[in-house]
Amino acid sequence: MSIELERVTVTYGKGAKRFDAARNVTLSVAEGEAFGLVGESGSGKSTVLRAVAGLIPHAQGRVMLAGTEMGRKRSTAQRKMVQMVFQDPYGSLHPNQTVDQTLSMPIAIHKLGDADRRVSAALEEVGMGPTHRFRYPHQLSGGQRQRIAIARALILEPRILLLDEPTSALDVSVQAEILNLLSRLRRELGLTMLMVSHDLAVIAHLCDRIAVMNRGEIVETTTADALAAGDVQNPSTQQLLRSNKGFDPSGGDLDLLDAVPIRG
Amino acid sequence: MDAPLLRVRNLSVTYPSDDGDFKAVRNVSFSLRRERLGIVGESGSGKSTTGRAIMGLARPPARVAADELLLGDIDLRSQTERQLRRLRGKRMAMVLQDPKYSLDPVMSVGQQIAETHRTHLNSSRAEAKLAALEMLNAVHIRDPERVYAMYPHQVSGGMGQRIMIAMMLIAGPELLIADEPTSALDVTVQSQVLSIMDELVRERGMGLILISHNLHLVSSFCDRVLVMYAGQIVEICDAGRLADAQHPYTRGLLAALPELGRRREELPQLQRDPAWMDDIVTPLETTSGKGGA
Amino acid sequence: MTTAGTGAPTWRSWLLDPAPASRRQARLGGWFRAWLAFQRNTLGMVGLAIVILLVLIAAAAPLIADPSTALTQVLEDRLQPSSWAHPFGTDELGRDIMARMAFGARITLTIVILVSLIVVPIGLAIGLPAGYFGGWIDAVLMRLTDIFLAFPRLILALAFAAALGPGIENAVIAIALTAWPPYARLARAETMTRRRSEFIQAAELQGASHLRIIATQIVPLCLPSVIIRLTLDMAGIILTAAGLGFLGLGAQPPSPEWGAMVSTGRAVLLDQWWVATLPGIAIFITSLGFNLLGDGLRDAASGRG
Repeated sequence: MSIELERVTVTYGKGAKRFDAARNVTLSVAEGEAFGLVGESGSGKSTVLRAVAGLIPHAQGRVMLAGTEMGRKRSTAQRKMVQMVFQDPYGSLHPNQTVDQTLSMPIAIHKLGDADRRVSAALEEVGMGPTHRFRYPHQLSGGQRQRIAIARALILEPRILLLDEPTSALDVSVQAEILNLLSRLRRELGLTMLMVSHDLAVIAHLCDRIAVMNRGEIVETTTADALAAGDVQNPSTQQLLRSNKGFDPSGGDLDLLDAVPIRG
Repeated sequence: MDAPLLRVRNLSVTYPSDDGDFKAVRNVSFSLRRERLGIVGESGSGKSTTGRAIMGLARPPARVAADELLLGDIDLRSQTERQLRRLRGKRMAMVLQDPKYSLDPVMSVGQQIAETHRTHLNSSRAEAKLAALEMLNAVHIRDPERVYAMYPHQVSGGMGQRIMIAMMLIAGPELLIADEPTSALDVTVQSQVLSIMDELVRERGMGLILISHNLHLVSSFCDRVLVMYAGQIVEICDAGRLADAQHPYTRGLLAALPELGRRREELPQLQRDPAWMDDIVTPLETTSGKGGA
Repeated sequence: MTTAGTGAPTWRSWLLDPAPASRRQARLGGWFRAWLAFQRNTLGMVGLAIVILLVLIAAAAPLIADPSTALTQVLEDRLQPSSWAHPFGTDELGRDIMARMAFGARITLTIVILVSLIVVPIGLAIGLPAGYFGGWIDAVLMRLTDIFLAFPRLILALAFAAALGPGIENAVIAIALTAWPPYARLARAETMTRRRSEFIQAAELQGASHLRIIATQIVPLCLPSVIIRLTLDMAGIILTAAGLGFLGLGAQPPSPEWGAMVSTGRAVLLDQWWVATLPGIAIFITSLGFNLLGDGLRDAASGRG
C-alpha cells in the first residue's frame, strides 16, 4: 500500500504565535518500500508521521493511502490500513492494562473475533510468549515493551507501519534486536514503512530512501548509500552527517552556537 | 608523574530490597589523572550510580563502601555532608542530563551562577556577577548580559546545558563528572556543547569523567574508556583502541551497532553470557597500559 | 506457576508470580502488591483499623446493645454515669449512650456511603469530558463547577433544610451538592495530563471512540486520586454531617446521630460530661481514622510507579 503526501501543512497556534510544524511536505512512498525521515527535533518529522497516521485532523494538504484520499475523520476500515509504533515504550502502553488487555482492545474495536488466538499469534510473531501475556508494562523491560507496541501495531494487519523513533529509548543491544525484528517483519509481511529517527545509522540500516527535514520542510531527499558516501548537497544534511560521526576535536562550529534561537 | 586526581578502589554501592541486597556497583577500581575518562554502559550497568557515589550523592538507603576513594589527598569516604557540600563545586562538580531539573526555576540563571561563586569563593556581589558574566562568555554565549537576566524556562536545551557547565565550573573544580550531558540535546547542539566542554577541560587542566550509553560518542571524545556491565568494570582501554577490545560484552556491543555505510541484513545480537555477572576479582589493567588502574 | 523449589504453590507465590497465566491472576496480583505497599505504612494501617471498626460496630450494633435501650426513654435512669448496665452511662432521657453510639455509627456510615455514591459519579461525569474535550465544553462545565464551589457547605445545607425540611436524606443531598466540585476538578486535571499520552494516541489510531477511550483508558487512571481524595474528605463530610445534626438539621430525634447527641448533651456538659463528650470523641476518632487511611493510601500510591 503506497503513501502519497501532497503539500501537507500543519499549523499550530493563532496570531503572533502561529507557526508551521510542517509546511508543503510532498513525498511518496511506494508499496513495500522503507522510507526514512530524519532531522532535528522540531524539524517536523514526527508531525508528518502523525499526519499520515490520521492523528492531526486539522492538517491541510492531501494524504493518500493506496491511492485513496484520507478525509478529516477516518473510518474504522481506514484505521486498519495504517498503524504506528511510538518512541517511548513506557508511554505508549497503558500502565494499568495487561499485555493481554492492550492487545485485545483493537480486536474488540474492529470486531474481529477470535481474540484469544490472535493475541497469542501476535505475541509469538514478536518473539514473546504466554508468560508475558498477563504482565503489566512495569513488569516488562524496555525492549519487551517495544515488542508489545509492535505486536499491537500489527494485530490489525495493517499494510503500512509508521515508526516514530522506535529505538531511541532503548539500549544498544536491545536496539539491535528490535531492528532485526522490524527487518524480518517487513520482509515477511511485505509492509510499507515510514520511519522517523534522528540517528542516521539506524535509518540507513532499515530504509532505502531518506528525506531530510528542517524547520518543517523537506530540504533534501537522498538514499542510504549516498548518505554513507557523504554525497549530499544541503547544509542541514551535512550538519547531521557531521554530528553523527561523534565528537570532532577540531573545534566544530562554535560560531554557529548562538544561531540556536532562544526560546520564550 | 603527578599524583592522580581521583583514586577509586573496590567501590561498591548496595541497595537493600525486598529480595535481599542488590549491588548496583561492585568491585569498581580506577584512577583518573588530568585526562578524560569515559564510562560506558547500558541501563542498569551502574555507571550513573558510580558517578553519584563519587560525588557523595548516593544517599541512604544506598550503602557506599570502598577500600579507597580519594580526591587528591582527601578521603571522600570520611567526609561529612557539610564537608562534601564544600567540596562540591570547589573541587569536584557534576553536570547532569537535563538542566531543567538542576536549575532553580525562580532565580535568574545569572544569579545562580553568581551564587555558586559567592558560596565557594566568598566573593562580593559585584565580583561574583563579573565572574558569572565571564563564565557565560567562556561557554560561548553571545550577549552574556541579556542571558544573565533570563530565567531557566526561557532558555532552550543547548543553552541551558552551557549555563549548567558555567555554573559548575565557575569555582574552579579540578574534576568534572558529566552524566549523559548531551543525551537530551539535538544532535547538532550536542557537538557544540561537547566542544565547549573540551575547550574548558583542556584550558583548565581538569580531569573529566564522561558517563554515557553512547559508545561512539565516548570513544571519540575521551582518552580512555571504561565499560561497565551489571555493576562492574569489564573493560578498560584507550579510546582509539576500542576495536581491539577484549571482553566479549564490549565486542558484542560494538558489533550490534548499526553503521552508516555498512549495511547488514541482520545485526549480530548480543549473546549475554551469565558468566559476565560473576565477581571480577583481579582489577583490570588498561589495554596499552597508559597509567593503568 | 511455582517459583523455584518448595512443593505446592502458596497463595502468596501465586499472587506474586511474575508471569501470571490469566487475567484474574494478574489483577489479583496487582491488588495484592498494592496491599503490600500500603501495609508498610503504620499510620495508614491504624486508619484502616479504625474504619473497619466503624463498619463492624455499625453492622453488629444489635449484637452490642439492645436497640430498644437506644430509643426508649427511661426517665428514672437519666444522666447515670458509667455502670455495668450502661458502660457509657445514660443521656438526659435515660437512653443507653453506648447503644446510641453503636446505632449512631450506622447513621454515620450511611451518610458516608451515600455521599460517596453521589459525589464520585457526578465529579467524574463533569470533570472527564471537560478535561478530554477542552474548548467550550470545558469552559461551560468548569463555570458550572465554579458556581457550586462558591457555596459554603454548611450554609447551603441550612438553605436546603429550610427549603425541604430537616432530615437525614436532605442533609446527605446538601452535603453531596457542595462536595462534588473538587472531584470534577481532580478528574479534569488528571484527564488533561493523560490526554496527550501516547497510549491514548495509540487508542485513537486504532479507531477507539471517545467513549471507549474515556471509559477504558482514562477512568482507571483518575480513580486512584479520586478515591484518595474521597477518603481524606470523609473527615470533613462526617464533621459537616455532625454539624448539621448539631444544628438540628440532620437526623431527627430520636435518631441517635452523633452530632445531635453532642448538641443535646451541651446542656449538661459540666456535670454529666459523658453525654456530649463520648459522641464527640467518636466523631473525632472516626474523622481521624479516615484521614490516616487517606494519607496511607496516598503515600502508597505515590510510592508506586
